[in-house]
Amino acid sequence: MVWFSGMWLAIGLLMIVTLLVVIVKNGLTLFWPSEVVQIELVEGSKASIQGASTLAGEVRKRQDKRVLDAEGNVIPELQLFVGNRDAYGFGFRYVDQSDIASQVYPEDIIVAERIEYGDIIGYPVSMKLADGVINADAPDFRQRFESVVGLSNDRRHEIEVIEKKKIGAINYEMQALKLSLRKAELGGGLTDELRTSVEQRTAELQTEYEVLAKQATDLRSAQKAETFVCRLPTGVEREVALGDLMHFYYPNEMGYFDRVGHFFVEIWKFLSEDPREANTEGGVFPAIFGTFVMTLLMSLVVVPFGVVAAIYLREYSKQGPLVRAVRIAVNNLAGVPSIVFGVFGLGFFVYLVGGSIDSLFYPERLPTPTFGTGGILWASLTLALMTVPVVIVSTEEALAAVSRGAREASLASGASKWQTIQRIVLPASVPGIITGLVLSMARGAGEVAPLMLVGVVKLAPTLPLDGDVPFVHLERKFMHLGFHIYDLGFQSPDSEAAKPMVFATTLLLIALVVVLNAAAIILRERLRRKYASSAF
Amino acid sequence: MMENTEKLKEVKPMSLPPTSLPSSADSVSGPVRRPDYIQVRDFSFNYTPDVRVLHNITMDIPENEVTAFIGPSGCGKTTLLRNFNRMNDLIDGISHEGLINVDGQDIFDPNLEVISLRKRIGMVFQKSNPFPKTIYENVVYSLRIAGQRDKGILDEVVERSLRGAALWDEVKDRLQQSALGLSGGQMQRLCIARAIANQPHILLMDEPCSALDPIATAKIEELISALKEEFTVVIVTHNMQQAARVSDRTAYFYLGKLIEMDVTKKIFANPSKKETEDYISGRFG
Ligand SMILES: Nc1ncnc2c1ncn2[C@@H]1O[C@H](COP(=O)(O)OP(=O)(O)OP(=O)(O)O)[C@@H](O)[C@H]1O
Ligand SMILES: [Mg+2]
Repeated sequence: MVWFSGMWLAIGLLMIVTLLVVIVKNGLTLFWPSEVVQIELVEGSKASIQGASTLAGEVRKRQDKRVLDAEGNVIPELQLFVGNRDAYGFGFRYVDQSDIASQVYPEDIIVAERIEYGDIIGYPVSMKLADGVINADAPDFRQRFESVVGLSNDRRHEIEVIEKKKIGAINYEMQALKLSLRKAELGGGLTDELRTSVEQRTAELQTEYEVLAKQATDLRSAQKAETFVCRLPTGVEREVALGDLMHFYYPNEMGYFDRVGHFFVEIWKFLSEDPREANTEGGVFPAIFGTFVMTLLMSLVVVPFGVVAAIYLREYSKQGPLVRAVRIAVNNLAGVPSIVFGVFGLGFFVYLVGGSIDSLFYPERLPTPTFGTGGILWASLTLALMTVPVVIVSTEEALAAVSRGAREASLASGASKWQTIQRIVLPASVPGIITGLVLSMARGAGEVAPLMLVGVVKLAPTLPLDGDVPFVHLERKFMHLGFHIYDLGFQSPDSEAAKPMVFATTLLLIALVVVLNAAAIILRERLRRKYASSAF
Repeated sequence: MMENTEKLKEVKPMSLPPTSLPSSADSVSGPVRRPDYIQVRDFSFNYTPDVRVLHNITMDIPENEVTAFIGPSGCGKTTLLRNFNRMNDLIDGISHEGLINVDGQDIFDPNLEVISLRKRIGMVFQKSNPFPKTIYENVVYSLRIAGQRDKGILDEVVERSLRGAALWDEVKDRLQQSALGLSGGQMQRLCIARAIANQPHILLMDEPCSALDPIATAKIEELISALKEEFTVVIVTHNMQQAARVSDRTAYFYLGKLIEMDVTKKIFANPSKKETEDYISGRFG
């Protein structure tokens, strides 16, 4: 029996480890700068790009073809990431091993990341700058290239600040002004005074806006003014605006430590940046943030609700058939498919509650819904409802485990029932309650299906917490790592390119759940120690 | 109410000797001590409808005296003791007949506040049951419940109670540590300290010395003798010598019945019932 259960445990552990290894391996390749190989193809190979016999790229995979050749032999092939999606129309190419005439690792080939169309893989030819052309064989070419790309990054950042922050704030205020007028109109308190003051302020904002917009346009044209010329491995020359380049490196020249450095920089970018190009490039920060805030909100709701329900069920209600029925219903609630909760959330929270809130408190914004549409608050409440049985069950268990002796001692000291619960029973149950929270977070953070109905979006323009008053925007839509995975995997235009992103995002989701749970567990251990050793 | 008084008349208490106590006989100026501070009248108790564990008990427990309950295991001493502060309320399916009056008040009166009754009665349980809190918090629990916040008073109570329970010297440096880290005997003394902290009128002690060494036992017995100056003490014990040493009165129970209750000296020297004599002298099966 020991062997038998041990075997199952081992199989379970093995499965988990395999899962993690697969995810880690696939996810981390996204950040590792591998070498770029240039391949000379044999005559008439089907792998040739636009008739050229040369192609170059990063080897992403080596495998045997599904189909056998005429004699029934397996044909090994490799998958190359060839980049230059705008020029080729695709980003990946499969090459049969037998089609390769020769291969080299050219020193001077570069990989350059652009804001659009992914990476360029090719040979630098020249830079057309305002003060003349610099050829790639010039001694200071690299240095200049580096500084020019740095400048264009700074400019891009500046544009972003102007457009997102400054113009965004102006828009926010203008919208608020418009709404205040509309509100006054609806409430019948619209005076000429108010109207003129609003109009005046709006005009001021409009001029401010125009100045900023002009600045942004100027910066944008500066981004396009200078260009970078490169020769693709196929021999074609292309010219791209320097302002589109974000970052470049010489993959075949890098030493091991350069690669490691690059690897961590890329990971940091992935964690901290906004997504670009239909989420297939850039980072996932808004999704991390959204998942985190949603899970936290959910915990804030689910704990008090679950604990109160458990206290009622265990301590106050008369144990009879009715309570037993309620308990069974609660337990079964945990087994209801999550999408059902999504539909409930949509019907109840979004349409009913949200719609009522809108017509009561935000009539001036109608017909645009405020709370009457999916948002982070409704998503959190839906998940809280879905996971509350877990908290109830584990809290009940914890309450039941508090020793009868301690309860009796408290009552014999003249404590009321509530005082006993408050001072003796609940403190002793805190670890159990946190266990329930951990379980509910683990379930809630990984859930996607119901969220799609109540507020998750592919790309949210704003975060649920930011610098605009009132700072917490519970009505906003948000991004979520789980949905991001789904979106990358199934909705992406280039699924091959998105695959490593899927794994990297999955890794991140797992990491986030682990971090949240670890935090809760650490909290529990601290409380447990405190509880065992000192006053609560 | 009518019914109650009738019952009181109906049932004659067991014959008791005059209430003059050896200690209080000469102290004329002392407070008035009622011989029937706790009155039990024809009291029967069931845990389940068909299991009766106490049968028609009638007894008087005098004020400012130590009354010992003795009897073989399972005879219902704990059950009766736990009825005095209505701890049995927590158990489903119980029922009782007859009366218990504490200080002239019917404790089963539906208008009585159980909490105020329990505040007047301290209890030391058979199984020691410290709270999972610090030693300090354990002792002051009943004061905290009553809303006492004054640190000075609390500190004073902690020291007095722990000294009374012969625990102070052992724990005075670790008051802020968990009570669960104490030894079994220390826990038992902590529970005694907790029970006397709020100076209850009545102290119910269910085998308070079962886990104590002779020195601690002696201290607890000393405490009990001191306590009876102010409190009424009921103590359950399996230790005959202890009952003989500390109690003024002894009640012998057997199979849920009160066999005999009398002044301790008489019970031990010259019991009127054969069963009592057998039990005390150890001849009992
Ligand atoms: N909660 C309960 N439910 C049902 N029966 C009980 C319960 N508690 C005690 N009893 C029964 O009531 C009888 C009296 O028990 P009680 O605890 O009063 O005995 P005791 O005299 O204190 O014995 P001991 O000296 O062993 O402590 C026993 O037969 C016991 O089995
Ligand atoms: Mg007992």
